[in-house]
Amino acid sequence: MTIDVRLPTVLRQHAGGQAIVQAEGSSIGEVLVDLSRQFPTMSDQLLTEKGELHKFVNVYVNDDDVRYLDKLDTKVEDGDVVSILPAVAGGDG
Amino acid sequence: MAEITMVSRRVATSVLDLIGNTPMVDISALSPNREVSIVIKLEGQNPGGSVKDRVALSMIESAEKEGLLLPGQTLLEPTSGNTGIGMALVARVKGYTLKVVLPDNVSPERRALLELWGAEVIDSPGSEGSNGAVKMAREMAEAHPEWAFLYQYGNLANPRAHFEGTGPEIVRDCPDITHFVAGLGTSGTLLGVGRFLKEYNPDVEVWAVEPPAGEVVDGLRNLDDGYIPPIFTELNGEELLDRKTVVGPKDSILWTRKLAELGIFAGISTGAALAGAIRCSQKIESGCIVVISPDGGWKYLSTGAWTDDIDVVTERARNTIYF
Repeated sequence: MTIDVRLPTVLRQHAGGQAIVQAEGSSIGEVLVDLSRQFPTMSDQLLTEKGELHKFVNVYVNDDDVRYLDKLDTKVEDGDVVSILPAVAGGDG
Repeated sequence: MAEITMVSRRVATSVLDLIGNTPMVDISALSPNREVSIVIKLEGQNPGGSVKDRVALSMIESAEKEGLLLPGQTLLEPTSGNTGIGMALVARVKGYTLKVVLPDNVSPERRALLELWGAEVIDSPGSEGSNGAVKMAREMAEAHPEWAFLYQYGNLANPRAHFEGTGPEIVRDCPDITHFVAGLGTSGTLLGVGRFLKEYNPDVEVWAVEPPAGEVVDGLRNLDDGYIPPIFTELNGEELLDRKTVVGPKDSILWTRKLAELGIFAGISTGAALAGAIRCSQKIESGCIVVISPDGGWKYLSTGAWTDDIDVVTERARNTIYF
């Protein structure tokens, strides 16, 4: 299925400046692999050589961080929105 | 005249003794699930106006005990505001000089409070967010080893303040807690309270709420410039948290306004945490959620958060650090 993926400013340069792109897959892992196929220079920004999520990447399905769901096995369905955000220093409340 | 029993004087000897023991209030009226109660802990009641008073006092007193901070020494800290304000308060009372590295797009009230308590404000580029302040402060700390660099993102006295203070207070006042929801910045509150709660009852779930900070940090060149607080890694935050959810500025402001309807005047990061608690309430069958309100609304009056058009305020919030 086709999923909308929202990219942060820092990754848009790898996707011709687009803020939202489409990718195929039924899990987060499949969606990220498809993104890497479409935009090869984005690949090493998303996944490590071992195929794990890059340390400084947070991926969300409908605002929930997949690290606390089923990680790369987290399922996605039609209508879900996937967002990628870099891990940065947070504010301090 | 009302009858008064006088036993002994009950007056704090220092304003620092007033840090902690903040009140909690039931706000279940906002819960979308009748089987789920929501209780909020009002950290804005601390004397410096935020939860960060606890962290400031804990870091400074730990450094004193360990001999890392000597009388009259200069302190340096990167902050988006509240930690700096807490440290400025403690530094003023204890006689230290404080320099804070502050992104130049924080609300003007934060800057005013820092200056009021005598802190020197050093601007970092707002476009780089808290990341930029951290980077600049680390460089300055290296160049000035004579300054005490307590560094809230890497100092275990930060989560300890919550393990020893905030966490026990929550269990004392709300023993039926099933879920704890708080914002993720340095991760100190979540790690400290979260660890205490899991020891109290391993079934308590810990949910983190974060703003979409990375969306607006345009100073980031690539993802390798990313940042995870060292305390989060050291205390294995990924293992501790049960869920992490992102809340944008519009929802944060809407829920801050809803709270005001109950008479609770809180800052915008409280609205973010509350939005997370509301989502939690929708996803569980029953329980009691405790959510942290990091600060009061005073420092955000100039943002128009309660009065201006929601879309205008949301756009403004995208360019201001409110978390």
